[in-house]
Formats: sequence, structure tokens, C-alpha cells
Amino acid sequence: MTFRLPLYNRVALLMAMAAAIAAVVLPFLGFAPNRLLSGRPVPLWAAVQGPGGLAILPGLVLLATPFLRPTRIGLGLTVAAGGLFAAGLVWLAGHHATELAQGASAAARTSFASGFWVMAAAGLLTAVDAARWMGLGAVGRLAVGGAVAGLVALQLATGHLDALSILKEYANRRDVFADAVLRHAMLVAAALVPTLLVGIPLGVAAHRFQAVGRAVFPVLNVVQTVPSIALFGLLMAPLAALGALLPGSGISGVGPLPAVIALTLYSLLPIVRNTAVGLDGVPAPVREAARGMGLTPRQIFLRVDLPLALPVFLSGLRITVVQAVGLAAVAALIGAGGLGAIMFQGLFANALDLVLLGAVPVILLAVAGDALLSIGIAAATSHIGLSPGRNAP
Amino acid sequence: MTVAGMAPREFLTDRLMLGLVALVALVLGMPSLKPLFATLYPGLDRPLYEAESFVRLTLDHMALVSLSSLAAILLGGGAGIAVTRPWGREFRGLLETVATMGQTFPPVAVLALAVPVMGFGPEPALIALTLYALLPVVENTVAGLDGVSPAVLDSARGLGMGPAEVLFKVELPLAAPVILAGVRTAVIINVGTAAIASTVGAKTLGLPIIVGLNGSNQAYVIQGALIVAALAVVIDAGFDRMAGWLTRWSRR
Repeated sequence: MTFRLPLYNRVALLMAMAAAIAAVVLPFLGFAPNRLLSGRPVPLWAAVQGPGGLAILPGLVLLATPFLRPTRIGLGLTVAAGGLFAAGLVWLAGHHATELAQGASAAARTSFASGFWVMAAAGLLTAVDAARWMGLGAVGRLAVGGAVAGLVALQLATGHLDALSILKEYANRRDVFADAVLRHAMLVAAALVPTLLVGIPLGVAAHRFQAVGRAVFPVLNVVQTVPSIALFGLLMAPLAALGALLPGSGISGVGPLPAVIALTLYSLLPIVRNTAVGLDGVPAPVREAARGMGLTPRQIFLRVDLPLALPVFLSGLRITVVQAVGLAAVAALIGAGGLGAIMFQGLFANALDLVLLGAVPVILLAVAGDALLSIGIAAATSHIGLSPGRNAP
Repeated sequence: MTVAGMAPREFLTDRLMLGLVALVALVLGMPSLKPLFATLYPGLDRPLYEAESFVRLTLDHMALVSLSSLAAILLGGGAGIAVTRPWGREFRGLLETVATMGQTFPPVAVLALAVPVMGFGPEPALIALTLYALLPVVENTVAGLDGVSPAVLDSARGLGMGPAEVLFKVELPLAAPVILAGVRTAVIINVGTAAIASTVGAKTLGLPIIVGLNGSNQAYVIQGALIVAALAVVIDAGFDRMAGWLTRWSRR
């Protein structure tokens, strides 16, 4: 009598295999006597000994998920197993780092190693894919992501992860870090104000008059092509010259001013383009019907054009925000501050935990901005009853 | 792309040719601009970046971008083809999700994260650039192959073409303009990221900029920035030209 396991989910199988191989072959953590020396690898089996190892029980469920029927319950279980496995790995890392810290010097460092990243990614990707199969919408998927993020945030808040090296770096520069996050967000916000003030009218003009589009888009396209570090560099000289001409004006070739100008120049293209494309996409019969109902041009613009163009405009804003978060990190090179300053300080001083402390929050900021705006897009789209992304470039 | 990117043909012709001329002149002629920079910045001891030649830096920069883009085209194109075949369909959603989510990660952060994993030098830059370039290539390969109409595929099969023939003679040529657009996005991002890669130990055109910023030498910054900007504009214009050829060729 033979029994064959029914394989329902090949994606989950691939991910489970990747996680299993990473668990055996790759180091889970790295343990170093201090922050400058490279660490010795800590395999997963060394970390799971003791009751703490129960934290990665969802990993065993994950191994079974390829064989679960793709019903709502089966898929729900897969989502939960993937997400809890990732959160459990973080918990185990914090737990074992605390164990390693006992009997070691205060300078000792425990950091995540490749095995952790592969396993966590495998868990999260399994969850993401199963959530898609369940037919969860943008909001549902964000709720799942938020739940996993919440579990990690809880561990952060309770101090469970304090023995990990990235948090030791954080503890060393708590104030600097808070300032950097705020500064980073301020740079993005400061660039958004002029971008929206100039970009929306330009987009409306490009929609109404073809000549405006023909004049504006080639210029903005070229700006978008120029690498950020080059644009920052090229803005330095004229601004420095201007600052020298107007002493006391506070204008300088380094610092936040060139950063905000460059960020604005980059941000204009998605805003202008999507404003114009969004308005172009409003069906002419809808406008005619509104005119037939006796609406004035102003009312048509406010009540018909704007709501219908809003989803496309918001997806332009999403591109802008995500892009600006990354560009603001590069702007640290010209002294604009922000999280990029922490990241580059780490790179120049060969302090890799410091690199993580700068780079990971940059990614989180970008992902959070993307998530918030995709909720906005979903809301704007359902409000007008269109399928999302229609007419979006 | 209804409004954007529409420009008179002459402008584009000029942009590519003028850009190329400017790029070559800047790369070869930068040393002869030394007196100019000395006059502009009289306070600087060394008004010209001379630690490496600009020719060397430009070639290294282009090598890094070409290698990572080629790897991304092979891997990303392969993955895009795989998930649009019947046997790979299950992985399509995952791949698309990864490509979309991955593109929200800022390239500079991906570059920085490669260092703790790989150490300093050109290798982490190559890996980070390849990974990042994969995403637009994958996305556009899937979209391009998806856009081929089922009727065309049916008639190709009706002519007796095998799956490989359908792929190479029908699907890929028809999807080529969309795939090329993805490659263009990837390459342009990589030209910029390769410049920042000087901070992780790769010797690229970003090096004079970084050295200049750290040592308050504005002349170095301008020299590096001018060349890297010209390089990006020329490459973009080159892609524009290629896209034009492809569209005309596929309409035939």
C-alpha cells in the first residue's frame, strides 16, 4: 500500500525547502567579541535548544503547508504559519542574543546572519503568496503585514531584542536616531510642498494644452535621468556662488536646501505626468453628461474631473514619496542629514550595524509610505467604482 | 505613456548625438580643463581629480552597469518567461509581488545592505545592482509576454510551431518593446546607483564626487557629476533610439 502526499502549493514547497536548507546550512546569527571583529557563526540548532526553541514551531507548520488543501482555512493557516514563523525567528534571535550576552563582555555583538534573512524571507513570502490566493485585497494584505510588524514592534517595545547588535547601536545614539527619522521625514515633506504647488497646476495645464506637455515632459524626463548624486553635486556650485553673493541669506551649497531643491525636481515628473494622465482618462461622455445637467466648468472640474483623476494622481504621489524617501538618504552625502547620514557614517567607518540602523528604517519608511498611499488609492478607487490602476502609466 | 516622452524626432536625434559628443569630450578633455577649475576655485591645491583617470573610471562604471544589467536581463527575463509558461504559472503571483514590493526598497538602501552580507568592494555593488535591476526587467517581461494576444499564439501554433518556436519567433519579438522599457528603467537606475557604489568601495564615476564631498573639493564634485550626468543622458537617449527602431521594426 502506498500513500502519496497530495501537493497543492508548489510555491509553499519551494519556500519550505529554502527555509529548511537555510536552517541546516546557513548561520542563524553571528557572534563577535566586539563590533569591529567579524563574528563566529551561530547555527540554528544551537539557538533552538531549550524551551525558547518553541518560538519557531510555526516553522514546522510551514513545512506542512505545501500539502494543505487550498481552502480558506488551509490558506489562512499558511498565512498565519508564514507570518508567525518570521516573527518567531526574530523572537528567537533576541532570546538567544540575551543568552549569549550572559558571560560575554559588554562589547560583544550578536547580529542576524544569512540563515535568519533567508528563513524570514521564506516565511513572509509564503504568507504573502497565500494571502494573494485567498483573494485578500490591499487592505487585508496590509492588515496581515501590520500584524507581523506589530508582533516585532511588541518585542522591540518590551526590550526583548535589546541584546541584538542593531539595538545596541540604537541605544548608543537614541537621540541622534530620533532626530534622523524626523529630519528624513521633514526633507520628504519639504520637497512635497513645492512639488504639489507647482506640479498639479502644470499637470492640469499639460492636460488642457498639448504644447505645455510637449515643453515640460522632455525636460522633466531628462532631470529624472540624471543620477541623484550628480544632481546634488551640480546644484552645489551655483548655490554656493549664490550664497557668497548674498551673505546672510543662509543659502549654501550643502545642507537641506540643495537636497530639497533636487528632491523637488525629481518629484515633479510623477506628479505632473499622473495629474495629466489622470485627467486625460476622464471619459468625455461623463463630462458631457455633467454639462448637460447644468454644472458650471468649475463644478465639473471639482465634482467630476478631480474625483475621477484622483486614483491615478495618488499613484503618482506614491511613486514620488517612495522615490523621495530613497533620494533623501542619498542627500546625506551633501550634509542634509536624515537616516542616510547614519547609513553613510556606518559605511565610511566600516561599522556594519550602524549601516543596518540607517538602511533598515529607510526601507521601512518607503514601505510605510507605499502602504499608506495604496490604502488611499484603494479608497479613492472604490469611491468612484473603477478598477484600480486603470489608465495608470 | 500618452503624453510623456513625446517629442519631435529632431530633438531626440540631437540629444543622442550632442550627448555622445559632450560625454566623449568631457571624459577625454577633463584634464585640459584644469586651468579653468584652477581659476574657478583658486583656494584648492588640486583643482583636478587625478587619482584615477576619468577614462578608467568611466570604463569601470560602464562595466559595472553592463555586467549587472546583463545578469538581470538573463535572470529576470528567464524568470519572466518561466512564470508565463503553463508549468510555472503558480509562481507568477509570487514573482510579481516580489517585483512590486522590491521596487519600493530604495536602491541606496539595498546597496548599503549588501555590505554587511558581502563586505566592501565591487562585488556587493554588482550583487545589489543586479538584484535591483531584476525587478523592472521581471515586471516588464511578464507584462510584455502577457500582452501578446491569444489569437496570435493560436495561429502560430496552427502553423505547426513548437513551444520554443512560438516563444522565440512570436512572443519575444512582440513583447520586445515592453521588455526593453523595463531594461531601460533598470539601466538608468543602475547608472545612478553605480555612482553611489563608490561609498561601498567600487571605483566608479561617483568616486571623485564622494572624495570631493568628504574633502570639501567642489571641483572634484563637479567633474564627477558632469560626466556621470552626461553618461546617463546618453544611455537614456540611446534607449530612446532603440525603442524607436523596435517599434518601427515590429510594425512591419
